[in-house]
Amino acid sequence: MEYIEPHAHMVSRVTDDYERLALAGCVAVCEPAFWAGFDRGGPEGFHDYFRQLTEHEPKRAARFGLRHFCWLCLNPKEAEDLTLAAEVLALIPQFLERPNVLGIGEIGLNKNSRNELRVLEMHVDLAARHNQLILVHTPHLEDKLKGTRLILDVLKNDRRIRPERVIIDHVEEHTVKLVLDRGHWAGMTLYPETKCSPARAIDILETFGTERLWLNSACDWGVSDPLAVPKAALEMRRRGHRLADIERVLYHNPRRFLSQCPKFRLSAP
Amino acid sequence: MKRMTRRQVLDLYFLDARHKLIEIAAFLDRVGRASGREDFRARAFRRALRELNGRGNDRARRVLLAFSDLTTEPIPKATATGACGAAGGGG
Repeated sequence: MEYIEPHAHMVSRVTDDYERLALAGCVAVCEPAFWAGFDRGGPEGFHDYFRQLTEHEPKRAARFGLRHFCWLCLNPKEAEDLTLAAEVLALIPQFLERPNVLGIGEIGLNKNSRNELRVLEMHVDLAARHNQLILVHTPHLEDKLKGTRLILDVLKNDRRIRPERVIIDHVEEHTVKLVLDRGHWAGMTLYPETKCSPARAIDILETFGTERLWLNSACDWGVSDPLAVPKAALEMRRRGHRLADIERVLYHNPRRFLSQCPKFRLSAP
Repeated sequence: MKRMTRRQVLDLYFLDARHKLIEIAAFLDRVGRASGREDFRARAFRRALRELNGRGNDRARRVLLAFSDLTTEPIPKATATGACGAAGGGG
């Protein structure tokens, strides 16, 4: 079965992971910009990172027949420094026309601070001015509920933003309804210890339906599993779900959302 | 989407859930045997445990709420990048 990995940080993964993804049926991988695990030294570091996402990673993926797409931003973990944020945001427009860039992301909040909120508003403004899709990161653990509410308010307050062009990621049982009720798409991240397990993610699908939900591994430099999505598909099979329902969640839903960006094509350019 | 019968759910998940429940019991025993004072995480954990006996089929949501920061205003400044899993630590 073919599937799309809509959220993976491949710059942190070895090339073998691309091969494993391809062997598991993955046809495209989408990579939001994120925190490197340490704070970058300045805007030059982000410029190099955006080149890596738009020039280098598509070539690594193509070796295994995978399409590679990306999202650009400054991660909320680096948003306390408003000067750095303004400098990095000024770099982004020059990359937006590159063929694998899908939009602005993963923006959002981390600790729900005032500066994080200000930088989120700056990113939303950037996306609106350039008519870009938006991918939102919601905070971790105890900060998720509050952060999700603050993020939803920022999006609602900007009248240029169409809810169906925004995916809000890392939802769990206490945030998924908030997101779907606002008309956004919602992503569920499958992690070994935090966020969702495959069983819980499928519970959420059974409860809220499959209309605007997708699954991702968000594999990165931390404890994570690049094959989490096909493993969730196996769990759906164990529960007796139809292949058509599994394909809808793992392939057709991400394709439907991402195709709102005309650059998202699954065939080779 | 089609849901499983209760029998099917138990067949598929009972042993796994039993295993996790015993792990939680052992964790609480470990905390009980240890020296020193408990902190906000242990208190949040006990609050969350109470949700398991509640009515309704939204226990996972209520457990997550028990660990959540329920304030609504942004904090003045982020002094740490990580989260610890329970509100009340001042992070």
